[in-house]
Order: sequence, then C-alpha cells, then structure tokens
Amino acid sequence: MSAVGATGSPRVAQATRNIQIRAFAALCGRDLWVTVRHELGSFLAQALLQPIFLLFVFGRVLPEIGAARPGYGTQLLPGVMALTLVLTALQNTALPLVIEFSFTKEIEDRLLAPLPVAAVALQKILIAALRGVLAGLLILPLAALILPGGIHIHGPDWAVLIPIFFFGSLAAGAMGLVLGTAVPPNRISVAFAVVLTPLIFTGCTFYPWISLHQLRWFQVFTLINPLTYVSEGLRAALTNLPHLAGGWIALGLTVALVVFGTLGTRLFIRRAVD
Amino acid sequence: MAVVRVEDLHKRYQADGPEAVAGIDFEVREGEIFGLLGPNGAGKTTTIGTITTRVRPTSGRVLVDGVDVGEDPVSAKLRIASVPQLSNLDRALTALENLTFHASYFGAPRRERRERARELLGRFGLGGRENDHVNNYSGGMAQRLMIARALMHQPRLLILDEPTTGLDPQSRLFLWDTMVDLRERGTTLILTTHDMIEADRLCDRIAIIDGGKIIALDTPTRLRRLLPAEHGVEVTVAANADPSPAFTAVSGTERTEARPAGDGRWRVRLYGEDDGRNSGLPEQALSAAQSGGLELIELKRLEGSLEDVFVHLTGRELRGADGARVSGRWS
Repeated sequence: MSAVGATGSPRVAQATRNIQIRAFAALCGRDLWVTVRHELGSFLAQALLQPIFLLFVFGRVLPEIGAARPGYGTQLLPGVMALTLVLTALQNTALPLVIEFSFTKEIEDRLLAPLPVAAVALQKILIAALRGVLAGLLILPLAALILPGGIHIHGPDWAVLIPIFFFGSLAAGAMGLVLGTAVPPNRISVAFAVVLTPLIFTGCTFYPWISLHQLRWFQVFTLINPLTYVSEGLRAALTNLPHLAGGWIALGLTVALVVFGTLGTRLFIRRAVD
Repeated sequence: MAVVRVEDLHKRYQADGPEAVAGIDFEVREGEIFGLLGPNGAGKTTTIGTITTRVRPTSGRVLVDGVDVGEDPVSAKLRIASVPQLSNLDRALTALENLTFHASYFGAPRRERRERARELLGRFGLGGRENDHVNNYSGGMAQRLMIARALMHQPRLLILDEPTTGLDPQSRLFLWDTMVDLRERGTTLILTTHDMIEADRLCDRIAIIDGGKIIALDTPTRLRRLLPAEHGVEVTVAANADPSPAFTAVSGTERTEARPAGDGRWRVRLYGEDDGRNSGLPEQALSAAQSGGLELIELKRLEGSLEDVFVHLTGRELRGADGARVSGRWS
C-alpha cells in the first residue's frame, strides 16, 4: 500500500488496466448488441441451416429409405453438434475479419480503442466462440424435432461437455483468426472451399474415430483435424459409443488452441500495424 | 506546449524498399491546425499512421501529449482520434449507435454518451437521421458522422486524412467551417491534404512534404514569401487587340504581359512592387483602363499561391506529381 502512495505508478498501471478491461467489455458489448438486435436472423440462418439439413437427410431420410441403419441419427448427433460449433466459431471470426480489414475498414475504430492490438484479436475469437457455443447448443432442440423418435443421449456428461464446448469453440475461433488474417481478400472464397471441405469431411463428424481402424491411414490423417477432437469429445459426453481417449482429446484441443491462437494473433498484429 | 512531437522519423515498409518517410521532425502546438501538404506518396499518410499507432516507425519516435506512442500506445490512443480518407463506419450499426459504442470503448457512462451523441449529431446536421443505418448515408454525411464519432471521446488531437477529397463543394465548405470551429473549442488538428486552397485557408502552419521529407514548414504567409517577388496586378478587359499600350503609363511596373483570354477578352499582368505609396498599382491600372476606353472585367492582386511555392521548391506541379515522375524518382 505504501508503495502505491510513494510512486503512484501501480495506481496508474491499475487505472490503465481498468481502461483496457472496460474497452474489451465494450467491444464485446457492441458485438452482442449486433448479434441480438441487428443480425439474429442472419446469424441463425448461417449457423443452423446446414445442420438442420444434415440431421434431416442423414438422420431421417436415409434411415427411412433404408440407406442407413435406424438410429444412425443418434450416432450422428455429436458430430453435427461439433461441426456446427466449429464452423460457426471459425466463420464468425474469419469472415468479418476479411471484410473489416479489406473492404469496410471497420476494424480501424477497434484498433484505435484504448486496448492492445492483440486484445482486439482475442475479443474477436471470444465472441465468435460464444456464437459457436450458442449454435452448438441449439442443435439439441433441433435434433429433438427432426430425428425420428427424438434424441437419445447418454448422459450428458457435463464435466466433459462444458470443457469441449469451451475449448473447442475457442480453438475454432483461433483457426478463423488465422484464416481471416492470412488469406488475401480476393482469394477468400477459394480459401474457404479449400479449407472447409476437408475440415468438414475429415473431422469424424459422420463416423466415430474408433470405427476407422480398418482404414488406418485415414484414421491417422483425421488426427490433424481439430474438429476430430471436438466430435470425439462430444461423442464421449453424449453417447456411450467408443471414442478417442480423453487424454488425446485434451491434447489435440490444447495444441490446436495454442498453435492457431499464437499464429493468428501474430498475423492479426501484422495486419493491424504496418 | 507541443501536443505532438515527431523526432527523426524514418519508415521503410520493406527492408530493401525505399523509405516512405526519410527523417521527419516537427511539432504541433496546442490549439493549432497543422497541415501536412504534399503529393500522393509523399509520406503524409505514413507520418500520421505513426501518430495513430497504426504504423510502427523504423526509427525515430512520436510523442503525443508527452506520451511515447511506441512505448505506450494505449495511453496515446486515449488522446487521439482519427478520421480516415474512406469511411470506416460500423455498417452493422445506426448512426447514433456508431457514436455511442465508440464512446463506450473509451469508458464513457451510458447517459453521457447518449447525450453527447445527440448533441454532436445535431451540431453536424445529422439530427433526425440518427437511427438510419450508415449504409444509407451519403459521402458527405458519412464524413461528418466520422468526425462526430472522433469527437465522442473528447480527444486532445484530431487527425484528418485528406478530409475533403471527393466531397461536393457544399460539404467541403461545411467541413472547413467545422475545423475552424473545433480549433476555437480548443482541439488541436492535424490534416493532410494535397489541396493548396484548403491548406492555405485553414492551416496555421503547414509542413510541405515531398519524397518522405519536410521541405518547408511555416505559416502559409511566410511560405509564400519563399517565392521570388512576383507581385503585381492582373487586369482582365474587353478588347479586340492587345491592350497593353494603354498601360504603359502605369508607374512602378517592371514588366507587362498580355494574353488573350478568349471571348473578346485580354488579361494583362503588371508586375511590380506595390508599396502602397502614392497611387498604388491597382488604382493606376484601373484609371489606365478607363482612360484607354477599355471595359474592365476583373482586377485582382497577384499573390503567390502555395501551389507556386510547391512548384518553386520541387520544380514539379503538385497535382501532376503523383504520376510517373515521382515513382520514377524513387524507384
């Protein structure tokens, strides 16, 4: 306490910290306001249309015409949830960044707000992750409506579900940060196709990882995809199906978060400050 | 007191590339409008980028209100506001929300930001349009809204990058009045421009930048004095033939030039120092025209423009300077 009175600098540092925290919260406030007041319809359409059709076609149509086993829908549910979570968080970071850096320049007002540039990047990830979590959760009532006989989940195991949602959405947001800052605006549509298509189909969304043991090379290949860990994590939380071991899931998500988070923040700073 | 101090600023965007800014020093004093004048690519935008924390200098430093921008960008950002060339308004928001959210980033309490936003919207002629989405705003309105937004957190320093480029004449005049008004309210302004008239009319002091260096820095009046004496008057008269013989009697002229101005008119320039004693050049020119039976269309004093100053200092036209000649010089 006496040190504070003597130099005053810890007090100044505290004041600066408060200013930065307030600015961070205000940026989040703006994004939440826009999500709820101005973009709710478009956000829901963007996030949920794809999973609705996936659930309908794979969970209802295919089993009913005999092209898939009855109950495939229940197997599919964790995968669709993971896919929605990851894609929503990824796209909600990447797309706005591309547009704001290149076309609307909206990012400039944030970069001149009183907080470090890296905090602006983290804030983007955080809000996109939140949108991802919201979209992921909405899959449950949707699946209950769409799947024949509703949803049959085992659990849920909250101790697994919550950390998977939390870290999975953040890791996906970080991937979006890399994509949104590394790709030049004129290539973004190509980049999305090239990145998203393999991401969707190698992420263990439509098949459990364990069942790939007969296709060993592919099973190993899917481990590169962060979505695999989210899918398997949700499979562990919501079903009693065999899944990738918990330790591997934790490791995969941690590596994805650290690698993409660090890389994305660096790229963001490079775009923000010449 | 200096609000901005730029010390030996250098910026190179690529390690082996040319220097966009090649050693710039200047101070901006409290309460003045400071102009950075120069052709495109001269280093103006880079210079203000270093003040707004968006460009990291290769060497040298920038102090805003005594705060080193490189060392403490957050404190610097609290003191500055920037209005860019092109709209960077938040298109997801209404005009009012653009202002109130901006203020919230700077920690303004809810009530205060609403009140201030409404006051500024009114001041900038945007009252009644506050709930419009900014997509529906014209260029001039967007520009005014960006200035209003910049003022929401009451910055010590307002930086405007080419504020009137692309605006219609009415919006331009409005903006000029606004800038003068802001100065009167105590805000310090930096503006970049390649418009000589704008710089001349608004700025208290002007730094002329070319090739990443300041080649002159002074008040507009003193900058004009850099020109070799080219004082005198220009008379436009209705005449079918060269009317210059009518003006031979005018005393104190060093040189007379006459050119047809089309449409049955001639423009006669009488160069000479008008010391204001006896009968001055304008009065003499007027009576010479009358006694020569020439109908007077226009009479004006010749005064060097900033454009002339730029040409004099660089040997190039300002407006034409952004073309091949400049890039040729630098590459």
